[in-house]
Amino acid sequence: MADVKPRIKLDKKEVAKGGVIEVKTLVSHTMESGQRKDKDGKTIPRKILNTFNCDLNGKTIFSANMEGAVSANPYFQFKIKPAESGTLTFTWIDDDGSKIQATEQIKVS
Amino acid sequence: MPSVPLRVALAAAAILVCAAAPHAQDASERPAWQGHGIKPQSPDSPFEEVVSGLYFRSKETQAMQADDFNNPGFLAVEQGQELWSKADGAAGKSCASCHNEAATSMKGVAAAYPKWNERLGKPVNLEQRINLCRSGALKAEPWAFGTPELTAMTTYLRNQSSGMPGAVTVDGPMTPWFERGKALYYQRNGQLDLACASCHQSNHGKYLRADFLSQGQSNGFPVYRLRDQRLVPLHERMEGCMQDVRATPYAPLSDEFVALETYVAWRGLGLPVETPAVRN
Repeated sequence: MADVKPRIKLDKKEVAKGGVIEVKTLVSHTMESGQRKDKDGKTIPRKILNTFNCDLNGKTIFSANMEGAVSANPYFQFKIKPAESGTLTFTWIDDDGSKIQATEQIKVS
Repeated sequence: MPSVPLRVALAAAAILVCAAAPHAQDASERPAWQGHGIKPQSPDSPFEEVVSGLYFRSKETQAMQADDFNNPGFLAVEQGQELWSKADGAAGKSCASCHNEAATSMKGVAAAYPKWNERLGKPVNLEQRINLCRSGALKAEPWAFGTPELTAMTTYLRNQSSGMPGAVTVDGPMTPWFERGKALYYQRNGQLDLACASCHQSNHGKYLRADFLSQGQSNGFPVYRLRDQRLVPLHERMEGCMQDVRATPYAPLSDEFVALETYVAWRGLGLPVETPAVRN
């Protein structure tokens, strides 16, 4: 899944201490639910992104577990109140163990 | 205790109330599509007002399309952008080798498709045009219809004309194709014996069971369908309509569908290109 480039949008990259940043993320993934059958009637095995993490300097500040009912191309929108400047790391973990990752720099003054 | 006839009447009234509730089609629940369209550009247009399918969808779907970030169709636009400058085929060239920046060279181009192709002596739609370039200049394998690559490239090119009016031409050598498309549009099909016009001309703005019928405009294609959770090209949508009326669909990229695409594009002449649109 190395070729997947997630879309990340921060409404601002610099905030005063205590300020809020709105984060939007969209990632391309089929999110195969494991409930569908193929032409021969065989179950298509489940393959979804089961975990989403947003870390700031290695510390998780937002995370979500996804289940089979989540649509393809999952979209997250959330707000964070960063305590320090640094690197936001976004990680999606696939059922097969592979990871999709992206980073953004933010500044807290 | 109320008398027996009164009790029966009360019970009947209660049933009526219960029955009415789930079917309540309050006018405010229906998408307000009127007034969002344009005046038809041709006096022969069957519409008083030409309205994009966008306004036949819910507010939530409209909001999703309007937000370039939230709109999942843009994942395909980005994929198309990557493919644009990626060398492929024996010639070692990419689209960008000849056409440079798509943002300038492709601006407004897709809005005029399907277009007459002198060499083939027939009109080609955008997908066919892309594949002509692939088998010609790039010396690459044409992409099969419905592959993510072909749909992404189509979406990317259509997106370069975003907001520009649809500008298909139907005169000159296109006339017989326009006429053929028109005949197909009014041709009843399948076990349900319905033509395109039965729903999209005579009954748009009404419910067909749970489906709110649009004018069947093509200005947003390929569209991200929430039902399929992926981009759906126009000919696949037409196939779907034909299956819904229990007909045997024409093949994607067949002469029939290209003629129909030409005619449908004329019906939406002047509507802004919305690709990638979001529909249910």
